[in-house]
Amino acid sequence: MILAVASGKGGTGKTTVVASLAWVWDRPLTAVDLDVEEPNLHLFLKPQIAGRETASMEVPAVDASRCTYCRACADLCQFKAISVMGSVILTFPDMCHGCGGCIAVCPEKALTPGSRELGEVSWGTAAGRINFFMGRLRVGEAMSPPLMRAVIARVGQRPAPESDVIIDAPPGTSCPAINAVLPSDLILLVTEPTPFGFHDFRLAHEAFAPLGKPMAVVINRAGLADRSVQNYCHSRHLPILAEIPFDRRLAEAYSNGQVLSEALPDMRATFRGLMAGLRAVAPSTQDKVNA
Amino acid sequence: MRKIAVSSEGPDLDGPVDPRFGRAAGFMVVDPETMAFDYVENGASQTMTQGAGIHAAELMARHGVGVVLTGYVGPKAFHALSAIGIKIGKNLENLSVRQAVEKYTHGQVTVAEGPNRGAHGVPA
Repeated sequence: MILAVASGKGGTGKTTVVASLAWVWDRPLTAVDLDVEEPNLHLFLKPQIAGRETASMEVPAVDASRCTYCRACADLCQFKAISVMGSVILTFPDMCHGCGGCIAVCPEKALTPGSRELGEVSWGTAAGRINFFMGRLRVGEAMSPPLMRAVIARVGQRPAPESDVIIDAPPGTSCPAINAVLPSDLILLVTEPTPFGFHDFRLAHEAFAPLGKPMAVVINRAGLADRSVQNYCHSRHLPILAEIPFDRRLAEAYSNGQVLSEALPDMRATFRGLMAGLRAVAPSTQDKVNA
Repeated sequence: MRKIAVSSEGPDLDGPVDPRFGRAAGFMVVDPETMAFDYVENGASQTMTQGAGIHAAELMARHGVGVVLTGYVGPKAFHALSAIGIKIGKNLENLSVRQAVEKYTHGQVTVAEGPNRGAHGVPA
């Protein structure tokens, strides 16, 4: 199972759920923090980091002595990352999406692959049994999906054949969130029963629905009066697999960097139940073979 | 004297300077000796998600402009304009196009040595 834990709204409890699920998981597990703009899963799982590497993406490097200022590169670029004005050629590396088109169309071979640093990928082991990966975006870097893909590629290079994977996704409904749920075969949406929580939960459900992956829901801070999330889930046949109560004990454990399912026995039961619920909802291996 | 481009909200010498360079509605390309002008449309840049300043700098290069007069210039536009030797006079947003050109020809506009806005017009 490759599970992505996502949400529309930020701060609903994605990382809390990932850490607690990982703690009770009873099969080999790989936990991946793809919220590369503000990774925080490591604060709870406290992995021992075994290795790290700098990730970069391809951007054009210019050999001005070969350039004939034909503009083929500038006309192709959709992002104004390369500009030709008279007999001046300029690149704007931080605008580049790394498609490589400019290098491919240059008839003079004046452009060669250079690189822009995206951030860092690191990996290790948590609690002696959980494979752990995370990305951390370079300060100033605007694009997170290329680094997320580098983290995913790293996970793929260190295969743990029988391992399930849990991805901690970034919030929202735009490219970073979509990129985080793309490798999954099941999406768990974490929300809270508030007007903001419901509004963004609905956006996330609508954004991910076209991917055709099964989705399930965890309601965090449950017990507040708003029933919008429950009503929406019932009408859309979205299973609510767990409710985490709005409870001061949980907030205190979280603020001390504790994993809820480790610190609180009732939460251990809740997350074991969530694990069982996820297995019931996940597409079986047989389904995947048939698909 | 080389042509002066003034970011402008429309084709009117007595209309206001558009405070934005990259996302200006257009440019009045003025011959400062005769005050004859061409109006160059730039409205398409307002729908670009990024690169509007670079796009506008390319437009300046194509029209043989030597001096740009405007309100705010961001870092990439400043880099592009400087690289092709175009001088930049900024902070002229409360003038008419005509007043901005006259201020420049009277030597009262300092050529900018750096941008005065961050990317996407965010105050630096």
